Amino acid sequence: MAVARKSERLMNLVICLLVSRHFVPKAKLRQLVEDYRDLSPEAFEKMFERDKEELRDLGIPIEVGSVSAGFDDEVGYRIRRSEFELPPLTFTAQEAAILGLAARVWQHASLAEATSRAVLKLGAEGIDIDTSPLAALEPRLPAGEPAFEPLWRAVQNRTVVSFDYRRPGQTAVARRTLEPWGILNWRGRWYVLGHDRDRKATRLFRLSRIVSEVKAVSKPQAFTVPSGVDIRAEAARLSPPGDHRRSARLRVRQGAGNGLRRRAMSITSDGEGWDIVEVAFHDAAGLAEEIAGYASDVVALDPPDVREAVIRHLKGLLVEVAS
Amino acid sequence: MSAGRRSSGGRTLGQGGAKEQVRRLLALLPYLLAHPGAKVADVARTFGISEKQLVADLGVLWFCGLPGMMPGDYIDVDMDAVEGEGVIWVSNADFLTRPLRLTADEALGLLVALRVLRETVQVSEREVIDRVISRLEDAAGQVTGVSDRVAVRVDSWEDPEVRAVVREALDRRRRLHLRYWVPTRDETTERDVDPMRLVLADGWTYLEGWCHRAEDVRLFRLDRVAKAEILDAPATPPPDARPRDLSAGLFQPSPDHALATLELEPAAAWVAEYYPCEEVIEQSDGSLLVRLRVADPRWLRRLALRLGGSARILEPSELAEDVRNDALAALAAYETT
Repeated sequence: MAVARKSERLMNLVICLLVSRHFVPKAKLRQLVEDYRDLSPEAFEKMFERDKEELRDLGIPIEVGSVSAGFDDEVGYRIRRSEFELPPLTFTAQEAAILGLAARVWQHASLAEATSRAVLKLGAEGIDIDTSPLAALEPRLPAGEPAFEPLWRAVQNRTVVSFDYRRPGQTAVARRTLEPWGILNWRGRWYVLGHDRDRKATRLFRLSRIVSEVKAVSKPQAFTVPSGVDIRAEAARLSPPGDHRRSARLRVRQGAGNGLRRRAMSITSDGEGWDIVEVAFHDAAGLAEEIAGYASDVVALDPPDVREAVIRHLKGLLVEVAS
Repeated sequence: MSAGRRSSGGRTLGQGGAKEQVRRLLALLPYLLAHPGAKVADVARTFGISEKQLVADLGVLWFCGLPGMMPGDYIDVDMDAVEGEGVIWVSNADFLTRPLRLTADEALGLLVALRVLRETVQVSEREVIDRVISRLEDAAGQVTGVSDRVAVRVDSWEDPEVRAVVREALDRRRRLHLRYWVPTRDETTERDVDPMRLVLADGWTYLEGWCHRAEDVRLFRLDRVAKAEILDAPATPPPDARPRDLSAGLFQPSPDHALATLELEPAAAWVAEYYPCEEVIEQSDGSLLVRLRVADPRWLRRLALRLGGSARILEPSELAEDVRNDALAALAAYETT
């Protein structure tokens, strides 16, 4: 009962502010909205303030202005229809199907709900997506990291945050204070990019390595994002460099080393049961790891630094087992 | 006047509190005005709420209206038709015919999702998605500044030709022949697959389909498909073939799989983040003790070889011995070449 009653009050307040061409003085609102009438002035103030905040949280733009009535400059409120209403849009069946597919992408409860609601508001609901040629596509965007939601908000509101962060390969945890400029997803993992206030530098943090709650430590709109920052370019930087400047020569057993063969520049026979496979690479240690993964099926011939890296890597395996 | 209305209200508590209910009502009312005579069951399904909740929502609308609250000011909801035929007729609400503009979460969430979708379709299909994106950006002007601050990067490592063939097979519902590389076994396999869907998960694109070789539903990472060919046969996955539920992630450990224990130095700590572990214990020297389920011991053997000295298999001990022998055999080649 209490919830329904409050919903009625909020709805009636919205309608009242929406249909008025002028700012509605507070005193008038108190008469017009039933629940406000019998309250003490203090109780009315408190309830009205709370109601106004809740409506703003819902995204309803309540404007404040002065009502020049007689001598007093009284404060009044209104909702401008042009700011409130979603402009009418029509979508073709194909476009509506795309919106319907987009509503399935998020694997995060509140964003999945928000995108479904958006599709509904846009009037693109109810289209039979399964008949669309794109129906067999199922892109999924998970956001299971507990830090995701607070950072998603902080980026939108430009709120400074602090959190405990564990750097890769380390167990020690350090407190970080960050102006979050943007968040990005790469390979299904979320990162936040921003200005690290303690280190006074631009830093990228992986959300799964944030081990504490993300706390807001400023008011909203506390910083500006430098104009040159391009989150998408930062995302591109996360990918491994594509330029493979060097090439390595490997002896690969026939039928094995398929991962290397797939990207080989050349494959030539090297006698019974073996091939010489040439591959491009940019990081000798990375290539050595890959070669070691094939055990005795792949032998590094050239260049010497790769060959040595493989030997060192394999010996490392023996040392650890022996100790 | 309102007293008369109140006495007949048999209402339940709103789902998710008043704020959620108001959020819903502001979308529900314009929807009902645009769909006169809609069925209670259909509307409840569209809004993802129970019929009981929908009737409660309508009960709230019935108490709303223009300021003044004279009889003609209230929104008219034909509650008899709702209770009787299960259809909804709403009138006298011309002041709320349009939904509330999109909130930041709604607009931004949808824009990000559309960009992800854009990355996963064929280049020729991008135009229509771009059109939807730009119209949405117009409609949600207030968030477009923020939308640049959320980026999703989808890499496509696969051969575009393979991708095009797979898409065509899906669209035409035809069987595919794949040359597919299985890294765990270091094998290139040949198999016929009835495609079911393309899934983007963890940043990789997978074809999910009925594999005639495994006689089961399988996921094929597209960048590991060396060759794809459309066969002269329709795709006919068995009716009980179901796509896997990937909401818990791609790697789904099964209790039937053997447990392995690894010790990871900091350089190999990523393993604990990357694969689902049953248990992760931080040791005093900074290393991690990790227990995980392993479907195929060859996978762990290869992983251990790749990790080198930064990881050690503690259990099963036979596997630790295998890795040691692999390393010895591999090293022997460097003494002779």
